[in-house]
Amino acid sequence: MMNGKHLSGEKPGSSKIRLAEQITGGPSGKPIQIMTHQILGYPDFDTNYEMIRLFQESGARFVELQLPFSEPIADGPVFLHANQASLASGTTTKQCLEFAERVVTDFPGLSFLFMTYYNVVIQYGIEDFVKACAAIGIQGLIVPDAYPEESQEFMEACRQNGVEPILIVTPYTSSERLAYLSAATGGFLYCAARKGVTGTKTSFGRETEAFITRVRSIARTPVAVGFGIQSDQDVRFLEGKCDIAIIGTQLLTVLEQEGLSGVKRFLKTIIPA
Amino acid sequence: MSGYKTIFQTISAAAEALVKDDGYYGNYGGSFIPEILVPAFAEIKEHFAAIKQDEAFWQEYCSLLADYSGRPTPLTYADRLTDYFGRAKIYIKREDLNHTGAHKLNNALGQVLLAKKMGKTRVIAETGAGQHGVATATAAAKLGLTATIYMGREDMERQYSNVFWMKRLGAEVIAVDYGSRTLKDAINEALRDWVSSFETTHYVLGTASGAHPFPAIVSYFQAVIGIEAKEQILRAEGRLPSRVYACVGGGSNALGVFQAFYPHEDVGLVGVEAGGQGRESGRHAARIAYGEGKAGVAQGFKTLFLQNNDGQMKDTYSLAAGLDYVGVSPILADLSERGRVRFTAATDTEVVEALEMIMKTEGLIPALESTHAFAGAFNDITESSGSDIFIINMSGRGDKDIFNVAEGLQDDEWKAFIRRKARQFENTAR
Repeated sequence: MMNGKHLSGEKPGSSKIRLAEQITGGPSGKPIQIMTHQILGYPDFDTNYEMIRLFQESGARFVELQLPFSEPIADGPVFLHANQASLASGTTTKQCLEFAERVVTDFPGLSFLFMTYYNVVIQYGIEDFVKACAAIGIQGLIVPDAYPEESQEFMEACRQNGVEPILIVTPYTSSERLAYLSAATGGFLYCAARKGVTGTKTSFGRETEAFITRVRSIARTPVAVGFGIQSDQDVRFLEGKCDIAIIGTQLLTVLEQEGLSGVKRFLKTIIPA
Repeated sequence: MSGYKTIFQTISAAAEALVKDDGYYGNYGGSFIPEILVPAFAEIKEHFAAIKQDEAFWQEYCSLLADYSGRPTPLTYADRLTDYFGRAKIYIKREDLNHTGAHKLNNALGQVLLAKKMGKTRVIAETGAGQHGVATATAAAKLGLTATIYMGREDMERQYSNVFWMKRLGAEVIAVDYGSRTLKDAINEALRDWVSSFETTHYVLGTASGAHPFPAIVSYFQAVIGIEAKEQILRAEGRLPSRVYACVGGGSNALGVFQAFYPHEDVGLVGVEAGGQGRESGRHAARIAYGEGKAGVAQGFKTLFLQNNDGQMKDTYSLAAGLDYVGVSPILADLSERGRVRFTAATDTEVVEALEMIMKTEGLIPALESTHAFAGAFNDITESSGSDIFIINMSGRGDKDIFNVAEGLQDDEWKAFIRRKARQFENTAR
């Protein structure tokens, strides 16, 4: 399925370095790193490509590529529509993998992760999917409904193939469970800053800070925070508190309202030169 | 039905023969939920385990079923249908006579009571044909909780009378305007509400699907159907039926009537799915009968889904809004794999024909969903003999389907009436 040269050959770019070692932001005072997001095939692969070019130019470090699914239960209205519009235009898993292979090669300054739902992985074949990710140079997998206790086959395939399974924690995750998830996650821990679905504004304040502090006191991995980051103030708030700020829906909203030049301006405010 | 304690023990015995504490039914089931819902599911599991032992809970539940909902519902001997076919004796379990006109209230009352025990003040629900929405709105009104019901726009158009009643019963009804605009999309939207609201809100899932422990909870609260039917057939005939027929959307009425008969291996259990416009058309919801359902994970659980090679869910179709679910109860998927439940499908055409016959020979108006169970039984009946007994679960009444049935039957007088009515509204609006 993949074009053979990466299957056995040298992996491109930074993917030779394990994900956790690429995370240099964080409480130590170093600048926070930014993870951006794209729903593949929406509005189309060409726009995805241009967006990713902007991500590299702006100094973002990580990109979450979302493979669309017809029933994206963790996503809010903006991503829900994008998932379904992408599928309606005919996006397939194969196209997404081919596209990922291209951008991993073309944008060596970025590290790429996949986000999708478990059924997309299962129908491709769990082991085959993870192997394909490893071959392309995809470094981590975020699969919110691959409930870790129920998804041992997936977790094991990730471990064996050197692709990090990124697990999610929320302010409602008990400390006991937090310890379990932080031990099981690879690369970093994904903190959803609040309850609810993607795309709704989070008011970053004392509660978020307390949550991040609690995570930090337990987790041994770097910490990324996402869900509801909409402005440079939100990112500044997180600076020094976590390692990575994840910006998803807001990028798509800006793209839809102001086009690529709007995205360029927005990225400049988020990531000062 | 003698004494609440006995009923509870009977329910427990019937349900426990099938439900599993670990939530796995062979290869199906499980709990594939996003992290944010972990505390909500932990809370439900804990309270469900507690009420299983709580006699007072079952007393309250059973007294609501008896004094509010009107149970037990009768088992009617269909003598004229039996004569017409001249084969198996046909009995009909009359869930249409349950309050709100379908079996759905059994589960809604149980879960809204459970919600109260958990200290929740609000319930949410998905609905396909609208029956579960009406039942949840009703139970919420009766027990003093607020209700929000999610319903696909397409289903709202098909079942507007139920939308009207849900609103009049005090529920908020939210149209779901994406995807196939049917049941699965309503479930997704209810889940999206729940990930923000679980602290105050219980999700009353209407069918024996979804993440563990929902299939078990719904099985428990629907087990009363089969318990009554078994007692009633033994009283009427002194023996168990040869077969029990039920329509299968998500699977709640089927599991409801099957559970009590499940341990009796000589009782055939038959699930009838929506054949829609037939296997070849691709427009159907027969996940098992047409052999097209493939194991996968969506909406929090593993079962057979109608999906493409990439794992994207297909659009389903049926004349009956309550049957066009893209997946099926994990318990039923397992029972099918183990050969304990046989699956068959009835097409829209067979269903409309069966409905016309049932109305004229028995004076009953089953819902289009329930009519699938009849059509499935009629398709099989030539292979039966006079010594056989069929029980057909009439899961709901068909009054709600007046628009669809009138359209399906091309009833000109009805169409003329609707035109007159529309003109009348237009005139008064001016």
